[in-house]
This record gives sequence, structure tokens and C-alpha cells, in this order.
Amino acid sequence: MAQLTPQQRDAYWQKTSRLMWIIMAWWVFFSFLIPAFAVQLNTISILGFPLGFYMAAQGSLISYVVLCFWNASAQNKIDQEFGVAED
Amino acid sequence: MATKTSKSFVDNLGKIYGGYAGGFIGFVILLAIMEQMGVPNKIIGYCFVFLTIGVYAYIGILSRTSELSEYYVAGRVVPPFFNGMATGADWMSAASFISMAGGLYLGGYGALGYVLGWTGGYVLVGVLLAPYLRKFGQFTVPDFLGVRYEGNAARICGVIVLFSASFTYIVAQTFGIGIITSRFLGIPFEVAIFVGLLGILVCSMLGGMRAVTWTQVAQYIILIIAYLVPVVWLSTKLYGLPIPELTYGQALNEIADLEKKLGIIKPHIGAYVDAKGQFSWVEFNNFWALTLTLMIGTASLPHILMRYFTTPNVKDARTSVGWSIFFIFLLYFTAPAYAAFAKREVYANVIGQQISQLPAWVQNWSQVGGLLTIKDANSDGILQLSEFIINQDIIVLSMPEIAGLPYVISGLVAAGGLAAALSTADGLLLAIANALSHDVYYKLIDPKASTVRRLVVARVLLVGVAIIGAAVAGTRPAGIIQMVAWAFSLAAAGLFAPLVLGIWWKRTTAAGAIAGMTVGFGVCAFYLVGTRYFDMQLWFGIRNISSALFGLPLAFLVTWAVSLMTQAPSKEMQDFVDSIRTPKGELAWVKGQQHE
Repeated sequence: MAQLTPQQRDAYWQKTSRLMWIIMAWWVFFSFLIPAFAVQLNTISILGFPLGFYMAAQGSLISYVVLCFWNASAQNKIDQEFGVAED
Repeated sequence: MATKTSKSFVDNLGKIYGGYAGGFIGFVILLAIMEQMGVPNKIIGYCFVFLTIGVYAYIGILSRTSELSEYYVAGRVVPPFFNGMATGADWMSAASFISMAGGLYLGGYGALGYVLGWTGGYVLVGVLLAPYLRKFGQFTVPDFLGVRYEGNAARICGVIVLFSASFTYIVAQTFGIGIITSRFLGIPFEVAIFVGLLGILVCSMLGGMRAVTWTQVAQYIILIIAYLVPVVWLSTKLYGLPIPELTYGQALNEIADLEKKLGIIKPHIGAYVDAKGQFSWVEFNNFWALTLTLMIGTASLPHILMRYFTTPNVKDARTSVGWSIFFIFLLYFTAPAYAAFAKREVYANVIGQQISQLPAWVQNWSQVGGLLTIKDANSDGILQLSEFIINQDIIVLSMPEIAGLPYVISGLVAAGGLAAALSTADGLLLAIANALSHDVYYKLIDPKASTVRRLVVARVLLVGVAIIGAAVAGTRPAGIIQMVAWAFSLAAAGLFAPLVLGIWWKRTTAAGAIAGMTVGFGVCAFYLVGTRYFDMQLWFGIRNISSALFGLPLAFLVTWAVSLMTQAPSKEMQDFVDSIRTPKGELAWVKGQQHE
């Protein structure tokens, strides 16, 4: 256990949890909310693609890549802030 | 390579694999020249199958090891970038490579649930699990359950779920390997399966996780080249731009026109439509149910989770998830282009032709176990859409021939499909064999076993499981993609709740987790077996590939309720969870628990 007081530890976990919920919210948005409106989105055309199809085939996938790297870098910042990052 | 992975090897990975990729491209070009000089197709097929398997075997033998941590977790030295590639190969199986574009060809928008489901799960892996399991730092996923839920009951539950899911999955992979080798070596399916089996075993048997890691990186390189080349080629040929991900929008429009011409009522891009082309709530619900099942399954499959045990530290485990999804994304966002181009070709150039003048690929493929049938139902000599029945498992493999590309591209695609199936089969096999040798044999049966003995047991089990898997695959139990989806359901319903709650909710008790696993997995397996083999009615119209939809919430609910009814975990256990949550520092082991 790194040298954290119980208060610091709780604060650390609170920040980590908040980041988790933010990323989960985006995950739900791209995985379920956008596909739910695919029929309506398909009436819009982007780059020659129907938008509903495009999002499920490419758009949401790009968001996953971004979310994973974002999570890694944001969590690293939190780790450093609390001095629990690995050497 | 020495017994331990040397630092200079890790430092030079870029050079080594760069040279390897260049060598492979040179090999393909050489074969292309040979084809032009008149070397028969059959020889080219043999070259691709045997040469690539030979390379994997070579890496497998070089990476042989007698060190436990090398065998189980590749010495924990795999850099995030390369672990990402290895995870990509571990992840993308016969189902992704061979069947998914085929599924998109047949299902249109409806099959995009697979594309979403098989990528989005990595967000869950990266945020909820991977870094914490890496910090835990043991050998297997049941290890975590056994320690966190203090006892062998949880460990055994974990092993049972792991075995059911991974075994179903491995049968599907062996099936895919059988299809490819049978087609390209011209031998019967049942024999081909066992040829493929040898290919799996040479990679994993001697070097365990270490050998599998470095072969998987090699396999990723081949599979991604093989997947991209035909689509890029076709995209250039059809639209003059080598970026299929941009050009297939145009193919989608042409398909829409051809659909009108051919009188097809279910459009390719239509979301949530039934066979009559009408919006359907059943389709809508099945879509999100499948997406959810596959995503949660991703984050529960032990052969994927254990890849993150191999990175040097917690931070690298997180970055590695990013690289994993990036490398997987490269294939997944191309798959719908594959499907669109294939559909366009078939609608434009195959349907409506004289049956007597159909191209040679039709004959080649109709020889492989009834995967392609052409029947002139109305005897007019012209091929109607309803007379052309193509199995989704051969769309990708036959595509280069359908589009009239040189045979060398077909061989390349076969090599890619083989790489995908072999790499996943290896990862799965190792996950099963490790759980049996480490969690069952070492932890339960003989805790005093020596290192040598443990490795012998691990290897014997590996071979045993592989042979049984191949024997089951020989009976052709179901299509690849269905079997794989079942594996995801079983893993999701059985493992996700105890893993996530074990890290994120300290109050989770052993009794709660065991009850949750039992109920979740039980309900899922009941639904799956009942609907598949006993004509049970579907619940709310949810197909059995999304069986986890019922087991998963129950697993959470039962774990939560039983945990609250039982005594809270000890202070020591809560401190242990705290130490897992913090990247830096030693783990605060609960007294009396053995670990290494």
C-alpha cells in the first residue's frame, strides 16, 4: 500500500470512480443511445453514408478507441496527483 | 532466446517484427510472380498454409521455456503496443475474420450488432478490470476469484464458467481452421481439423503464454495484411481510391439501387427491419441485447483478460487496452466494406447470369461441405437470387475469387483466416489448460507440486483439451458465429458480476459472489440449452445468442442481495481490495493465503 491516509485514499478512489462513470456514460451513449435512433439517423447522409449505418459501422468504433486512450491518460494524471503512479 | 525473455529482445521488437512484416510481403510478391509464371493454384495454397504455420512453429519453438512466470504470463515484459497486437490476434478469431463480413453481407444493419459488440467491450476492460487484475498480478482469472472470495468454492465456480465458455469458443475456432485447411489443401474436413490442431499445438505447447504472445504478434501482422489487401484492391478497382472505409458508401448506394431492381424488400442499410422490410421491435431488442452481451462477454473472457497480466505494470495495462482496441478497430471498421463490396459484386455480376457459365469459384466452393449451393429451381438456366445460397462463413474466403482477383490473394486471405483462428485457439487453449493446471491441479490437488511437474501437467492438459475440442468440432455442432456468441453469453453471465463487484464494491462477500455466479451462469446455460436443444419458447423474442441478457442482471442482483445478507468481508480483505485499487505499492495479502 502506498503511503496514503484513509482520507487521501477515499479522495483518490472518488476521483477514479468519477472518471469511470464519465467514460461509462459515453460508452452507453455511443453503444446504445445512438444505435437506438438509427432509423431516424439513416435519413441523414454523411460522406455518402447513411448516418445511422455509419455510426454503428465506424463512428462508435472510433469513439471506443478514443475513450480507451483517454481513460488511460486521465487515470495516469489522477495517479500522479496522488503520488500513487508507478515508478 | 534464453529461458528468460532478454531485455535486448524486448528492445528490438520493432526491428524484429518490422523485418518479419517486410519478409512476409516479399513472400506474397514472390508467390504472385510464381502464379504469373504458371505455378498451379494448389501449390500456392500449400505454400501459404504450410509456410505460415512453419513460421509460427519456429517462433513457438524458439520461445520454449521452463520458467513458471514465462510460461503463465510471458515474464510480464510485453510492451503495451505489442501486447495490443497480440490481444488483437487473440481476440479476432475465425468469427471476426471469416464470418463477420459474411454476417454483414447477409444481415445488413442487423449484423452491425456484432461490430459494435466486439469492439465496445474494450472500454469496459480498460476502465473496470484490466489495470486492477494486472495489479493483482497472479496467473489466472480464477486465481483472482479464489483470493478475493477467500476459498476454493469461488475458484471452482470460476473454472467451470471459464471452461464452458472457452471450450465452446475453441470448438468454433477449430471448425474454422477445418474449413480453411480443407479448402486450400483439398483434404476432407474431418482430416483437415486434425492438421490444424497440429498448427495450434506447435505454437503453445512448449512456451505457454510466452510463445503464444510472440506468435500472436506475428499472426496479427499476417491477418491484418490479409484482411486489408483484397478490400483495398477492390476499392481501388471500383472507385479509384484505396480507402475502402470511405468508398463503400458509394457501394451502399449501388446496392440500394440493385435491391430495387432485383425486388429485395429488406434493405441492406435498414435498421431493425424484419424479413418484410417493416420496423420490428423484436429486431430492435435483439440488436441491443446482442451488443450488450458481446460487450460484457468481451470483458469477461479469461483468454482476453489474462493478456493484461503480461504487461510490465498497471499503467502499461491501461495503455495496452487502448492499443488493443486500435488494432482491432483496423479490421472491424473495414468489415462492413467487405460485405458491401461482396454484395455489390454478387448482385451485379452473379445473379441473373447463365448457370452454365458461372465462374470457377462456384465449383471450387460448392465442394466444401455444402457451404455454397446453386439450384436452378425453376429450370430456366438463369440464376435467381433465391437459387443462390451462400453460407456466411465463406464470403470472405471466396471474395477474391468472386471478384476475379489473382489466386495469390485467395491464398493470402486463407493464411489470414488461419492466423486469426490459430491465434485465438491458442489463447483459449492456454486459458483452459492454465486454469486446469494452475487452479485445479496445483491449488486444489497438489499444492506441493514442483515447477517441473506443474509444467508437465499444464502441457499434458493442453494437448488433451485440444484433441477433445477438435473431436467435437468434427461433429459440426453449429455455425462459427453462433458458437462464439454462446461463449460470450456464458462468460458474461458467469464472470462479469463477481469480477467487477469484487473490485468496485468492497461489500461483496464470498457467499454473494458464489450465489451470483451460480444463478447467472445457470440461468444463461438453461436458456441456451433449452432454446437450442429442447424447443423452449424464446423469452420476449430474445434469440439464444444473447442468452446472457437474463443471466447477467440476475447475477448482479443475487450477488448484491446475498452480500448484504451475509457478514461484511473482513478488514484485511477490504485492505486487500484497497491495495488492488492503487497502482503503486505492495498488495496487502490476507493472512494465510498462499501466493507467488
